[in-house]
Parts: sequence; structure tokens; C-alpha cells
Amino acid sequence: MTFNGWAQIALFCGLVLLLTRPLGGYLDAVLAGRRTFLSPALRPVEAGFYRLAGIDPEAEQSWWVYARAMVVFHIVGFVFLYLLLRLQDLLPLNPQGMAAVPPDLAGNTAVSFLTNTNWQSYGGESTMSYLSQMAGLSVQNFLSAATGIALAVALVRGFARAEAKGIGNFWADLVRITLYVLLPACILLTVFYVWQGVPQNLAAYTEATTLEGAKQTIAQGPVASQLAIKMLGTNGGGFFNANSAHPYENPTALANLVQMLSIFVIGAALTNVFGRQVGDERQGWAILAAMGVLFVAGVVVCYWAEAGGNPLIAALGVDNAAGNMEGKEVRFGSPLSALFAVITTAASCGAVNAMHDSFMPLGGMIPLLNMMLGEIIIGGVGAGLYGMLLFAILAIFLAGLMVGRTPEYVGKKIEAREVKFTMLAILSCPLAILAFTALASVVPAGLAGPANAGPHGFSEILYAYTSAAANNGSAFGGLTANTVFYNGTLAVAMMVGRFAIIIPMLAVAGALAGKRKAAASVGTFPTHGGLFVGLLVGAVLIVGGLTFLPALALGPIVEHFALLAGTLF
Amino acid sequence: MLRHIRASVVMLALMTALLGLAYPLAMVGVAGAAFPGQAAGSLIEKDGKVVGSSLIGQVFAGESYFHGRPSATAEAPYNAANSGGSNLGPTSKALIERIKEDADKLGKGVPVDLVTTSGSGLDPHISPEAATWQVPRVAKARGLSNTDVQRLVTQHTEGRSFGLLGEPRVNVLQLNLALDALPKR
Repeated sequence: MTFNGWAQIALFCGLVLLLTRPLGGYLDAVLAGRRTFLSPALRPVEAGFYRLAGIDPEAEQSWWVYARAMVVFHIVGFVFLYLLLRLQDLLPLNPQGMAAVPPDLAGNTAVSFLTNTNWQSYGGESTMSYLSQMAGLSVQNFLSAATGIALAVALVRGFARAEAKGIGNFWADLVRITLYVLLPACILLTVFYVWQGVPQNLAAYTEATTLEGAKQTIAQGPVASQLAIKMLGTNGGGFFNANSAHPYENPTALANLVQMLSIFVIGAALTNVFGRQVGDERQGWAILAAMGVLFVAGVVVCYWAEAGGNPLIAALGVDNAAGNMEGKEVRFGSPLSALFAVITTAASCGAVNAMHDSFMPLGGMIPLLNMMLGEIIIGGVGAGLYGMLLFAILAIFLAGLMVGRTPEYVGKKIEAREVKFTMLAILSCPLAILAFTALASVVPAGLAGPANAGPHGFSEILYAYTSAAANNGSAFGGLTANTVFYNGTLAVAMMVGRFAIIIPMLAVAGALAGKRKAAASVGTFPTHGGLFVGLLVGAVLIVGGLTFLPALALGPIVEHFALLAGTLF
Repeated sequence: MLRHIRASVVMLALMTALLGLAYPLAMVGVAGAAFPGQAAGSLIEKDGKVVGSSLIGQVFAGESYFHGRPSATAEAPYNAANSGGSNLGPTSKALIERIKEDADKLGKGVPVDLVTTSGSGLDPHISPEAATWQVPRVAKARGLSNTDVQRLVTQHTEGRSFGLLGEPRVNVLQLNLALDALPKR
């Protein structure tokens, strides 16, 4: 580990903290429909969208109507994306003549991009036409991100409002987030990425003749515009198979820094939106602090593991000073690869700038653990905040049990109905992970997947279902996932991981919105201080630890000890 | 319900037109006007022919060129139409055997990046240590002095951005182009 590595990590954390409050203020204004500096240009466009779609943006929706609008929008989106992928060979903007995407892969991919997972059983440059990348995958990158933010804000309104029937309007939230936040930011980011070297063209792949006279086909395309939303929307689906490890998709350390910041800024800013909405910004900072504690702990372990390198390689007489470089790029080295891996799995992004499959056992365990904890360390845009607020409800409920009084959180009494729905949401994701991993570990179709033998092969399976159910999308890429078995089961895991959380979560939002504000008294447990942060971190670790420790022991932990003993598989 | 369906269909159509067509196509135009070289993939031409991209590594096997890192891309090394890593885990027998073979060939103390494959399989860079490691071989093959070749390596070493970001590195293709451009003796 080097001073330079730590300095880069500190710089990243500092920049996220600096951006949280200003961006939070802007998001808050946009979501409330207030005027912003972009309003003069965008108000007419926004109004046009509502008119054509027959929507009244002022109409408040109950949690049930909000959920229904969201689900119908997903179904329509699925049908369109599925057809686009199936028919891409007949459609324009396909200079490489890509064939139609097979049915199981098209279905898996459509679910994957709709649920903001961006699990990819395919390699982009060898499978997708430019039209599919632009009009199919990129569009869902925007919309699934906007949906996530909308859902988080719906829950925040549940806390903020008193005796209200509605939790906002799904369509208005969707349109405002897309037009005022995501699109303008992506335009700026695209120009920046192109400047750094990311291609943005519609030409066929380039045929080069190398210095030694060999032929090299260089894949390109409209990469930068897709990269911008892929990071900002915490989607993570790469234009290329190698994702942000590809030098065209992440050419410089500066582009890498901006990509890492893109993953975290909206998620961090939403904690501030929460604070503003409930009338006490300290509540937002407390949530962010709990996320920060878990994040920094993960970075320390992962960086330590990767910088130390593989002792089995050092034993061969190799100079191992640069750390574990298998699957890593020279321009990033071990510090930026480890940092990126922790960020992308803490926030359910799933883009990678190094191959997690080749990480050291404990270095690769941290991304796995981040996802298992429920993607609540900043988390996917929106998804992180509503996930963490569900844990806050659980934590405050546990505290209430200990002292024997009805718990309150930001002025709302937490009662049986909310706690039941919260537990349903929190437990559905682990159920999908463990049940599918168990299944794939015994049936032949599942056992055919892993590329590595021994405990690492089990880790590949565990990682796949964790990534799918947590809606992350990164992979231990050795797993051969483009089979009917994996495409099908992973798609189900992705749907469980999205809808079995957001529908109970919206029910909680609806229940909370209808409650009166309880006045704070001397007996109220303050939820903006260190004690609450500790309690919240504890609740997250206890639920995650109790659920997943046995599975982790069979994978990365036993592999770590095998490595120390010099055992190969 | 019917209202939701209509709203969904119209909304998706509008969003696809805006985000899926207008936005990326406008960006193609802006990028091509503002940064034509980068937008087209940072291609390098020599005598009117494309010899590669400054961002994409390529195979160098000859003694007189600096070699890049091993590559695990599908079908052939440095396949720039199908990027990817080896995805071999740290306790993989295949990984350790491959590295042992390479390390035995290259000699004791070889920098780790010369015996490990990159994440993309297209890494255009090696570490300055890995370049220096190869100087005697390249100098001998070209009949140049070690000092001259090392000077070229030093010239082509890129430091960290702002002295902080990333790792020091040498672009293999650009270094080899510079080698070829040296006056013949």
C-alpha cells in the first residue's frame, strides 16, 4: 500500500462529501417541481411530454397507484427492448452485421437493464448493434435510474408528509429526473469522456495492420454517450465486454476518477434530499455517515489484499511490488482497481475497471459482501437510499424493543405494518441469493458454469446470484452464464431483487404518509447522532453476517486459507 | 389501467426518441467536431495506413520491439473485437502454471505486469520497470546502446496525472514507433 494510493482514496471521499449538499439542494428543487436554472429551456419540453402522454403531473398518486404505474411502465419497456434485441439484424445502425440476439439472452438482458442491474451474459462489441446499444440499452439506463430515484423520493415523502393520501406522481418524478438531472449531466460527461479518449462514432470497426504486420480489428462505436449514463445511473453495463477496464471505455486515471464520482454523487446527494424533506439535514448526514463507515472499512480490506499481491506468484521469482496485477490495467494499478471495485459494488453499479474474478480471495470477498449487505452503502441511485431507510426502520424497531416503547423515526411512529413490510423487503433478496446458489451448486446445468475449480468455482456461482439479486451486475466473469439455465434463473433473481423490495417499500411509504407527525419529546431517541449511526451499522452487519457467513466461509474464506497453505485447484 | 398503458407507451416512445436517438447522435456530431481524433478512436496512421490505436495494445513478439503484457482475449491475444481478461482466480493451477512458464523464460525478478494478463486484454501500457527490464534485449537486437534505448523509455514514461492520479506507465506502441523512427546506424 502506498501513500499515493491512500491520497487518491482520500481525494475521492472528499470530493463526494463536497458535492453532496449542493447536488442535494438541486435534486430537492427538481423533485418538488420548483424552478431551477434549466427551467426556462426545459419547462416547455416537460409540459409537452405530459400533454402527449395524457398525464396530470399535479395529480397525487396513492402508493398502490404509484406502484401500478411503475410496473406497467416496466412491462411495456420489457416488450420493446426484447423485440429490439430480437430484431436487431433487420434494423439500421448495425455496421458489423450483428445477428439477432437469441431468445433467452434477449429476455435476460431486457430484465437486466430494466431492473438497473446490467448483468451481461454477452460481450457488447461481439453481440450488440449500435441501435441496440443506443435506443435499447442506453434508454433503459436512463429510465431505470430515474425510476430508482423516483421510488426513493416516494419513500422520503412518506416520512416527510403528514396525514397525506399520496406519495407523489410517478410520471412527473420520472420526467423531471430525466430531463433536469440525468440528461444535462450526461451531455457534459460525454464531451469530457471524448476529450479523454473515449470514442463516439457510428463507423464500422477499424481494420489496422500492426507494426509486426498482423491484422487487428478494433471495435468502436457510440461509446461515450452510453458510458456517461452507465456510470451516473449506477447501471454498469459496459459497451465493451471488458467494461471500464477497456482502454476505450476508461482511457485515463482522470476519466476513472470522474467515473467513480459519477457512481456515488447522486446516491450521496439523495441522503441530503432526505434530510431536507424531513426538515433536518442532520438526519441525512447520519445516514451518509453509516454508509461511509461501511465503505471505508471495505476499501481498507480490499486495498490491503490487492496491494499485497499473490504470494504464490512471488514464490516464482516474480517482482510482486505492484500487487496482484492479474486482471488489472497498468494505468490504474492495485489502488484504483481496489477502490473502483468497492465503489461499484457498494453502489449497485456493477461497472468494473479490473476483473473481480482474479482478485485475491479476501479482496474479491469485499465486493461480494457489499452486495450481500443489500446495496445500501450509497447504493444504486435511489435504491441505496430506500434500502438504507428500510434498515433504519429495522434499527429503530430493535432499539424500541430494547427500551420497550413504540419507536419513532423522523417524527413517524414505526408500527407493526411497517416493520412487517420492511422485513419482507429485507429478506427477499437473501432468499433469492441463497436458494439459487444452492440450486446451481447441485444441478448439472449449474455446475457446468464455473471456469475455476475448488472454492473459487463456488464463489463464481455465489457472486452471480448475489450480483443479480442485489441488482448490481458485476460478475466473477469466468462463469459461463450465457446458457438457458443461468439466463433464466438470473433473470428471476433480478426481478425478485427489484420488485420484492420496491413494492413492500412503497407500501411502507404509503403507510407512513398517512400517519400524523409525532411531536418529539424527551423520550424520543435522537436519530442524528453517533449512537444511531452505530446502531444502524450494527443492524446492517448483523442481518448480513447472520445470513451469509456460512456461504462466504465455503467460498472466499476457505480459498484464503488454501492459498496460504499453497493449495492449487 | 388503460391510462397507465397509454402513458407508458407514449412516454417510452418519447424517451427513446430523445435519449436513444437524439442524444447519442447529437453527441456523435459534437464529439466529431470538438475532438475528431479521440472520437474516431485515437487511431495512429503511418504512411497513410492505420497501424493501430494509441489506446489499444497490440502483439509484439519480435526481439527488436518492446513487448506488452500477456493477453487473454478470446481466439487470439490482443483481439480488439472481443475484449476480456483471463478470469483465473488466485488459486488457479492454470494461472500459476502459465506464470511459472513465462517467469522461467524471462528470468528472476521480472516485473509482475509482464507475466499477468490485463482486465481488458488490450492494455496499451507496461510499467516503467517492465520497459527498463526489456532494454538490454531490444538494444542488442537493434545494435543500439542500452543508454540510448533507456533514454527513449524515459522520454516515453508518463507520470501520474497531477502527480497524483493513476500509476506511471509506458505506452508500448508509441515507444516502438519511436524506436522505428530512430535514425539507422
